[in-house]
Amino acid sequence: MNTATTANGHANPHGDGHYSGLMRWLTTTNHKDIGTMYLTFSLIMFFVGGAMILAVRAELFAPGLQLMQPEFFNQLIGIHALVMIFAALMPAATGFANWMIPLMIGAPDMALPRLNNWGFWLLPPAAILLTMPFFLALFGIGDGALATGWTFYAPLSVQGGMGVDFAILAVHILGISSIMGSINIIVTIFNMRAPGMTMMKLPLFAWGWLITAFLLLATLPVLAGAVTMLLTDRHFGTHFFDAAGGGDPILFQHLFWFFGHPEVYILLLPVWGLMPHVLATFSRKPTYGYTAQVYAFIAIGLLSVVVWAHHFFTAGLPVPALIYFMFSTMAISIPLAVLFFCWIATMWKGSMSFETPMLFAVGFIVLFGIAGLTGLILADVAADAQYHHSYFVVAHFHYALFAGGIMGVMTGVYYWLPKWTGHMYSEKLGKLHFWLTVISFNLTFMPQFFLGLAGMPRRIPDYALQFAEFNAISTVGAMILGFSQLLFAWNIWSCVRGGPKAEARVWEGAEGLEWELSSPPPHHSWETQPVIK
Amino acid sequence: MEQVQPVPRNHSRLVIKLLLLVAGAFVFAFALVPLYNVLCEVTGFNGKTSAGFAAGGLKAGLAQAPASRVDTGRLIRVEFTGTVMPGLPWEMRPLKVSLDVHPGELQQISYLVRNTADRPITGQAVPSVTPGQAAQHFEKIECFCFDQQTLAPGEAQEMPLAFIVSPEVDRDITHITLSYAFFSIEGQRQTLSATAEAR
Repeated sequence: MNTATTANGHANPHGDGHYSGLMRWLTTTNHKDIGTMYLTFSLIMFFVGGAMILAVRAELFAPGLQLMQPEFFNQLIGIHALVMIFAALMPAATGFANWMIPLMIGAPDMALPRLNNWGFWLLPPAAILLTMPFFLALFGIGDGALATGWTFYAPLSVQGGMGVDFAILAVHILGISSIMGSINIIVTIFNMRAPGMTMMKLPLFAWGWLITAFLLLATLPVLAGAVTMLLTDRHFGTHFFDAAGGGDPILFQHLFWFFGHPEVYILLLPVWGLMPHVLATFSRKPTYGYTAQVYAFIAIGLLSVVVWAHHFFTAGLPVPALIYFMFSTMAISIPLAVLFFCWIATMWKGSMSFETPMLFAVGFIVLFGIAGLTGLILADVAADAQYHHSYFVVAHFHYALFAGGIMGVMTGVYYWLPKWTGHMYSEKLGKLHFWLTVISFNLTFMPQFFLGLAGMPRRIPDYALQFAEFNAISTVGAMILGFSQLLFAWNIWSCVRGGPKAEARVWEGAEGLEWELSSPPPHHSWETQPVIK
Repeated sequence: MEQVQPVPRNHSRLVIKLLLLVAGAFVFAFALVPLYNVLCEVTGFNGKTSAGFAAGGLKAGLAQAPASRVDTGRLIRVEFTGTVMPGLPWEMRPLKVSLDVHPGELQQISYLVRNTADRPITGQAVPSVTPGQAAQHFEKIECFCFDQQTLAPGEAQEMPLAFIVSPEVDRDITHITLSYAFFSIEGQRQTLSATAEAR
């Protein structure tokens, strides 16, 4: 397998491969090309998932059913979540890894380039499988997409229509793709670092991804197993989740969240790895607490697989289990607090400047802090009895996954875009995008905390009159939030097309191997590896 | 910056180890199924009742319940309930809604179950005990839930249940609820989709 790299690199040292046009992209094994494809796919699916949820918010603008039937509403929320998690956030992080890890660790390419190509090209078929039932239903085939919410809870998912089968197979394919990507990243980091780059000199972004990759390898197969059991329950007469046959629906919740909770950290660890780079660059100071951050990543990775049951405190768990899961969940806040203090200490007394990536990074710290604090409230068993399955939860995890995940990805895109394209993006548009995003994000989700506290349950298309005002505000915010992302897409597009030349070291305070290469880097970089002193 | 030619390295060993990790995690998901059942039976989590006396039947159960084990110092109220799941055209109700029992005492009650359809149907009852901490001390000696039950068209049957609440049950427990869910055994999937269509 190792020969693939050298064969690819050396057979064709100066060209872009044998093909041009579409065939170049279908057959490429170059980590930069594949990274670009991941990021493009992610951006497209971000708008697909966003369009779904704007339709949902439009329905929720006022009480009563205006635009759609509850069945269709249910399909939209479930597919929105699956698209955003598996087809937008995860591919964005994998795109970052493909582009940046070889540049950052001084490797000529990823370790397994052909596997890399396959890993990407599994994604479009999976995205089509996820969304196809919507279109089939237009022609009278089936009854639409997965309508159980993204969690597939049995027994509802055992009884659901064929949209469930489409989603199960899509999850299988997406899982295989992520596992291949993770194996590739681990092998690259372990085997291809530049001479002299010890593990404790590894850039934090690579460390964050390393933990992510191990979490994916350990937990995605469990999800694959759970949905396989669901599939055999539905079609092959097994009774894993069917009480009539001696099975148990609660078992599904255990299996699902054994994957589902680490998944949160899978989405966030690459972002946490990226943050110190951005903060150090724009504070013109070295990263504070490198070693502490590495150990915090490892601690969070380990803790994340032993806390899953806090997602279903109200399912009827025995008291000792409740107490265990409450305290283990709260324990995660300790390594997370270490990260927060390191981020703040990196900025402390720095000579800071606020270009767009830094704005997004600081916005990320504040808003992700709110996600963490509301998470502590939900971790409390006594309080959770009230907040479970309410809009409080919806607001909490959007602060974690939009402000934490997606704004973190945007930080990375603005930070590295000049490196990738060789052009500067429009700083003016970038700042406008930031302020529109951060204000409308809070306008959308802050009211949802209050809706949840007042008792509005999630996943319903209609609601009682007393929730009308906050829902209207939230919908207005969501519309501004959704449409202001067009600025993001436009800014990227114009940056790819042209703009002021970017220097090799794009940002004044940037440190690391990736800034030693020209912007954009040559198609094949670090064919001779740098030696780290 | 000093630069050197990269040393070619063989990745296969590491890839194989990582693939083994993936395979192990996949197997672990399936291993969780029996583990989960064992854990629930041992601890009574999730209301799984003890199967300790199921094999011996009523006589063996009586031998296990000598009068000396009866704790007359306290009374526990046992409440009975039952649900017929969708796809089974039956009705069920306990003949007594609740019973006050001394721990260690053998008790018997019956459920009245009636087939409202015009064809014979087989069903299976699945018990659950709340609170979970009491489940492992709720010992069923004879129960219609041990076997599948078949009812002729329109037939009504009294289905018996004999149980002991063991004296080891925690002193905090004053109420125990026993709930049955009756499922159709034959052609279960078809009946479910049939009800969905009928709706």
